[in-house]
Amino acid sequence: MVLPAAIMVFIFSYIPMSGILMAFQDYKPALGFFDSEWVGLKHFRYMWENDYFLQITWNTLFFACSKIIMNLIIPFVFALLLNEVRKMALKRTIQTLVYLPHFLSWVTLSGILIDILAQTGIVNQFLVSVFGIKPIFFLGDGSWFRFTIIASDVWKEFGFNTIIFLAALSGINPALYEAAEVDGAGRWKQTMYITIPALVPIGIVIATLALGNVLNANFDQIFNLYSPLIYQQADIIDTFVYREGLLSGQFSFATAVNLFKSVISLILIVISYRLAYRFAGYRIF
Amino acid sequence: MYHKTMPYRIFSIFNNVFLTILSLLCLLPLYHLLMVSLSASAPANAGLVTFWPIGFTLEAYAKTFANSNFLSSLWVSVERTVLGTGLALIVNTIAAYALSKETRVFRARNIYLWYFVITMLFSGGLIPGYILILKLGLMNTLLALILPGLVAVFNIILLLNFFRTVPKDLEEAAFIDGAGHLQTFIKIYLPVSIPVIATVSLFMMVGHWNSYFDGIIYIRDAEKLPLATFMQTIIVQADMSKLDPEAVANLSQRTIRASQIFISALPILLVYPILQRYFVTGIVVGAVKE
Repeated sequence: MVLPAAIMVFIFSYIPMSGILMAFQDYKPALGFFDSEWVGLKHFRYMWENDYFLQITWNTLFFACSKIIMNLIIPFVFALLLNEVRKMALKRTIQTLVYLPHFLSWVTLSGILIDILAQTGIVNQFLVSVFGIKPIFFLGDGSWFRFTIIASDVWKEFGFNTIIFLAALSGINPALYEAAEVDGAGRWKQTMYITIPALVPIGIVIATLALGNVLNANFDQIFNLYSPLIYQQADIIDTFVYREGLLSGQFSFATAVNLFKSVISLILIVISYRLAYRFAGYRIF
Repeated sequence: MYHKTMPYRIFSIFNNVFLTILSLLCLLPLYHLLMVSLSASAPANAGLVTFWPIGFTLEAYAKTFANSNFLSSLWVSVERTVLGTGLALIVNTIAAYALSKETRVFRARNIYLWYFVITMLFSGGLIPGYILILKLGLMNTLLALILPGLVAVFNIILLLNFFRTVPKDLEEAAFIDGAGHLQTFIKIYLPVSIPVIATVSLFMMVGHWNSYFDGIIYIRDAEKLPLATFMQTIIVQADMSKLDPEAVANLSQRTIRASQIFISALPILLVYPILQRYFVTGIVVGAVKE
């Protein structure tokens, strides 16, 4: 019964893996895989001597780390606050609404963002009329672009990331709260000494698992929001690979960059899973 | 009782108001877009529309549905979502069923499990994948959009973790009654696994519906583009080369763009509330283990 899946995986995952040999060639589509010239580490050397490559690696790390931190803290606080809502109907409505953006694609959301963040868009209209400032060029100015990327990612995902904390909250034994209440602990003390300690282990698991993702800064989001004007501040490894590889036809160089990224990611993922297992006994299956 | 204390009550009111505003902030941008799409084009282009339509008209929707490229893309997306999800469900659930067995029953289990997990950790990347599709002759076909992502290892893991919680007694009873693995799987496992199957189907459907990048690299003909790719080309790339001149003239209007964005998001808005009650349990089963 595993056979259909195994065959599909072989064709679409394992065969492309052999394609990474291209990184050590000067691959020419006309010559094909077997006749292209072998060039050893040429593409990797070029990568390291390239200032722009260092810049995009830094951009990638910056985006990924900021998102990881924000997507840990905000759902944590949000789950705590949501836990205090007593009216079940209100709680459900809030949950339904905040999960929603997670299911919309970055294409749809960038369509919305481009519209509302434009210089004449509704956000700037609001800011200009309330604070009397000049319109902000959210998507066209490098540093505002970075801010927009992180903020919009948090906006899209915080509700969904909350699910895991809510699950951990529902697993807390109610007897602990009853005991604390008998001892005279108010809600604040109960939160400090029961709820937060119960959430910390799952938070650590999420943080360690996120380590494997620091070279992924969300291609879809950046690809749909950036523009040539701000490549310097916006480019990440994946968007760079796409432009160099498929648009400029530098197949080998792009594959070399991708291979570099995959190897580092693999090492990080293995380390992070080991850590998550050691600290919290987490296993994926 | 802390619920009755004054400070907690004040906190509670503020908290409820704050969270309500926060949750509305997740909805407002989409709502604003809907209002723009329902307005006449002059006030919309002038940026006058905020939270109610000005000069209410359905003209933008009429024009969108008169656009043949939009309609063909819509159909490609429907086809892709239905076929892709259906096929993937069959392949992934049977694989997960087999992998949920213990090594005693299915001896090569661990080898297969690692065989799948490795593909989650390491991949050939964009370019080799592209060349593979080219060499297989799948360029510009629907299969190029469905086959590469057919096996979703993450979903297999969600499914197999759930299948493991199915009581062994049920299965043994079925075997005693003479059922084989396939029959046990269909008659015993599938019916009790509705929450996780609904979750996984939702992930797959949303994935197919939202996926645009494979359309950009694998599809050349305008009438074969999935809707998400079509939207991407008009919204983001503002690339009109793939579209006919009449469509281009229409696109410059903000109301039409808004109506297209809203229609492309609509299926998700409709499916999501129905399946939402399943996915919370489904994900939790996959993510948190005792």
